[in-house]
Amino acid sequence: MRRNAKDIEESARRISRRGLIIASVQAVTVASLAFRMRYLQVDQADQFRLLAEENSIKIRLVPPARGLIQDRNGTVVAGNEQNFRITITREEAGDTDAVLARIARLIPLSEDDLQRTRKELERRSPTLPITVADRLSWENFSRIAVNAPALPGVTTEVGLSRMYPLGPDFAHVLGYVGPVSDYDLSKLADPDPLLQIPRFQIGKLGVEARMEDVLRGEAGSRRIEVNSTGRVMRELGRKDGVPGANVRLTIDYLLQNYVQARLGEQSAAAVVIDVRNGDILAINSAPSFDPNLFVRGISAADYAMLTENDHRPLADKSVQGAYPPGSTFKMVTALAALEAGAFGPNETVYCPGYTELGKRRFHCWKRAGHGRLSLVESLEQSCDVFYYEVAQRAGIENISAMARRLGIGEAFDLPMSAVSDGLAPDKDWKLKKYGTDWLVGDTFNAGIGQGFVLGTPLQLAIMTARIASGRAIRPRLLKSVADREAASPEAPPIGISESSLDAVRQGMFRVINSRRGTAYGSRIVDDAMVMAGKTGTSQVRNISAAERAAGVISNDDLPWERRDHALFVCFGPFEAPRYAVSIVVEHGGGGSAAAAPIARDILLQALNGGLPPLTAYPESQRTRIEAERKELQLIEPIADSSGKSRA
Amino acid sequence: MSYLEYNLRTVPTGLRKVLYVNWPLALLLSAVAAIGFLMLYSVAGGRADVWAEPQMKRFAAGMVAMLAIGFVPIWFWRNISALAYLIALALLVAVEFFGAIGMGAQRWIDLGPVRLQPSELMKVALVMALAAYYDWLDIRKISHPLWVAIPALLVIAPAALVLKQPDLGTAILLLAGGGIVMFVAGVSLWYFGTVIALVVALVFAVMESRGTDWQLIEDYQFKRIDTFLDPGSDPLGAGYNITQAQIALGSGGWAGKGYMQGTQSRLNFLPEKHTDFIFTTLAEEFGYVGSVFLLILYGLIVGFGVASAMANKDRYASLLTYGVTATFFLFFSVNMGMVMGLMPVVGVPLPLVSYGGTAMIILLGAFGLVQSAHIHRPRQG
Repeated sequence: MRRNAKDIEESARRISRRGLIIASVQAVTVASLAFRMRYLQVDQADQFRLLAEENSIKIRLVPPARGLIQDRNGTVVAGNEQNFRITITREEAGDTDAVLARIARLIPLSEDDLQRTRKELERRSPTLPITVADRLSWENFSRIAVNAPALPGVTTEVGLSRMYPLGPDFAHVLGYVGPVSDYDLSKLADPDPLLQIPRFQIGKLGVEARMEDVLRGEAGSRRIEVNSTGRVMRELGRKDGVPGANVRLTIDYLLQNYVQARLGEQSAAAVVIDVRNGDILAINSAPSFDPNLFVRGISAADYAMLTENDHRPLADKSVQGAYPPGSTFKMVTALAALEAGAFGPNETVYCPGYTELGKRRFHCWKRAGHGRLSLVESLEQSCDVFYYEVAQRAGIENISAMARRLGIGEAFDLPMSAVSDGLAPDKDWKLKKYGTDWLVGDTFNAGIGQGFVLGTPLQLAIMTARIASGRAIRPRLLKSVADREAASPEAPPIGISESSLDAVRQGMFRVINSRRGTAYGSRIVDDAMVMAGKTGTSQVRNISAAERAAGVISNDDLPWERRDHALFVCFGPFEAPRYAVSIVVEHGGGGSAAAAPIARDILLQALNGGLPPLTAYPESQRTRIEAERKELQLIEPIADSSGKSRA
Repeated sequence: MSYLEYNLRTVPTGLRKVLYVNWPLALLLSAVAAIGFLMLYSVAGGRADVWAEPQMKRFAAGMVAMLAIGFVPIWFWRNISALAYLIALALLVAVEFFGAIGMGAQRWIDLGPVRLQPSELMKVALVMALAAYYDWLDIRKISHPLWVAIPALLVIAPAALVLKQPDLGTAILLLAGGGIVMFVAGVSLWYFGTVIALVVALVFAVMESRGTDWQLIEDYQFKRIDTFLDPGSDPLGAGYNITQAQIALGSGGWAGKGYMQGTQSRLNFLPEKHTDFIFTTLAEEFGYVGSVFLLILYGLIVGFGVASAMANKDRYASLLTYGVTATFFLFFSVNMGMVMGLMPVVGVPLPLVSYGGTAMIILLGAFGLVQSAHIHRPRQG
């Protein structure tokens, strides 16, 4: 583009003029920077020099006491204990290897400890104290303290460390704490300065992790004067931090302890729920592990033992384990059909032992068949053929809608880790997941709680509680946080007609209290504590036609991991329901034999608030029950349950 | 004036260009970088391999880049200005989607061995684009609202993207740098008056928005403002840096504590002692004398830049030189103001001294443009 000379001249002049303005502004800025330097470095120099020397006055963070976790009555289930430890600061120690060698001569230090300390010393800032050893005995601790003058940069500290007094009983609910890892830090955008404290403990799993914000508290600070070698000369001031808030669970520690003991070493899970408000009174997974091991830093051997155990002690089966509910699902199928009007309350179905769908035969568990059954009888005897028919009539959409209404496949927001949603399958789900259409055979399987249906023990307990109460109760695990009572979730009526619910409850009553009931052996004879329930047995393998012809192999003859899961759900007392219990025993065999007796014991324990009198059991069983009780290792009730004491 | 009007016979060609390089400017840049090497060696506790050596290699690469760019005729750079801007803008958008997260902000594109920080590139590309724009624009239209809106958009678009990363420091540098080029180009003062009034109003609004639903900036940015206003308010957290930085600076005194004798920096009080806070170490170890010496070097670089710009009758070359010089000026003045407690901590490095990946090479590349403008300036005859 050509421009005339006048424009060019004008433009150049303007640019120079504006340029000069900018240049003068820049000059003024540079001058003021110089003046500021003069002010800081010449006029104020003495004061700042003093401050630099005063940097021998240091500020150390004081970690707050972590909030306690208590059971519903205030008994501490996660507390803090004193922990004697020694730390070393690279900058103050100088030759750290020499100092570490001197420490090792005074107290026993493993090669592992030494190596870890050296590695951390290298990695972390030289001003940060690194823990050399913790959980020292008082004797070793004082040995270091006495020899302090010969150990530059070494500090003895008394800190708090997490302690789980009930160990394995609460391992799955509470989770555990552990030292902050680089991975933890990488997940946070603006880390709390507390997390920089070496080996600061944060929740890794369970309630400890989910309630971390509440439990952690805020750091305090300590102004200390150190001499040239970094030794603390005196404390100049202290600002206390804010201790973490206490969290109170809905769990009853005695019941939790009983359930854990009762499940023993079986691979099992159990949930006890208050039917009236959804409070979780016990939620257990067995076998368990000692969370204290993780707090102290678990050894590779111990950890391997936990991970290699085929009973999976680390998994929380109560909320993470999703199982085919088996026959415990039959209440759902029955209610779905009754509510949809697809099955009349007085109708009956004939069971010849099997039913045919095209070329496929669907068998009843009872080879000879049940004959003609009413709805109540079908639950009592857990007839499969009956439910093939009812499921087909109700249709999968009604069944899965009813399952969700009762809590199966519903996501419950509990402060626990990896809570599974379970699954109430329908046509859309199968199309999306497998790209194939829903088949009538799928409905048959779903009708008896096999196939795609999955429920967690927690969901099964909720289902039972909802059937018992007729209200949509939701589980609650937190009773109060920081002494403020947590709101009970709303429990509106569930919207199922009372007559349908009554029919199903009647069936559940007969399961236990009728001679032909599948769990008659587990009845309660105390009139005030009569229970109703349902057995379930869920297959983990396919039974081939050949095997069926030759006779189904009994569970006792199968290897453990191929046996059926045993399930049982129940509530009681029948007339005024108080508690609902669900239990799954992995590969336990049949529900009536492996799960129902445990559930009865747990329900009685809950109703009775302690070991029930033997008179609650049928007379013929009392001797055996008494013997079994002696085997159980229960804790004594803890006298001080105020929860105010801080270890 | 376009390159057709250059008296091409008076423009040096071939190796003769070496004689026409703005050598005083190159020398000053090297001097500042040398101070940087010394300081990086010092803050690493007397180790060269940590920061000083990689920095030297980058500086060497940067100098080569500067001369190579400088030898390419300025009209080439003008012709690709718009393209450079578009590429930088595209990269900024890309970093939104593929960028790596560092120090809590999304700023880099990871290209295997190098990490490209598009916002660095944009600082130069923006200046190029604005200079080319005003070179093209009829000077009578400069203050016409429509022709002001276009460059304003060119400035605001990348600044907004950078702010979203979030990188407040770079966003401010882009706005200020772009604003200076527009100012020098001759946009009516009324616009600048209005913008300044709006900014004051906005600052007021931001402070008012704190804690409400419509909070305009992040909590951590508020924290930085608090810390700036009163470093004592948070002596353990963010204010710690500022307090310790000032102690380091002030305790240097007249002549400093001596090379590698600074107790503050030795004690690792500053987490970013080799990057944003490196000036404090220099001030502590070389005192007021050393600080002012560095400030004078910086001032001279700006001075030589402004002189070169004023002497250049080509509009593009002149505006480009002003722009690059002004960006450089903003870098060091914001950094120094920040560590001396005159400005909030916004995360701007000290140019040529702070340890930094692409920053140094791109800065020297920008000075390559200044050299190109200088070598190929229109001469009488």
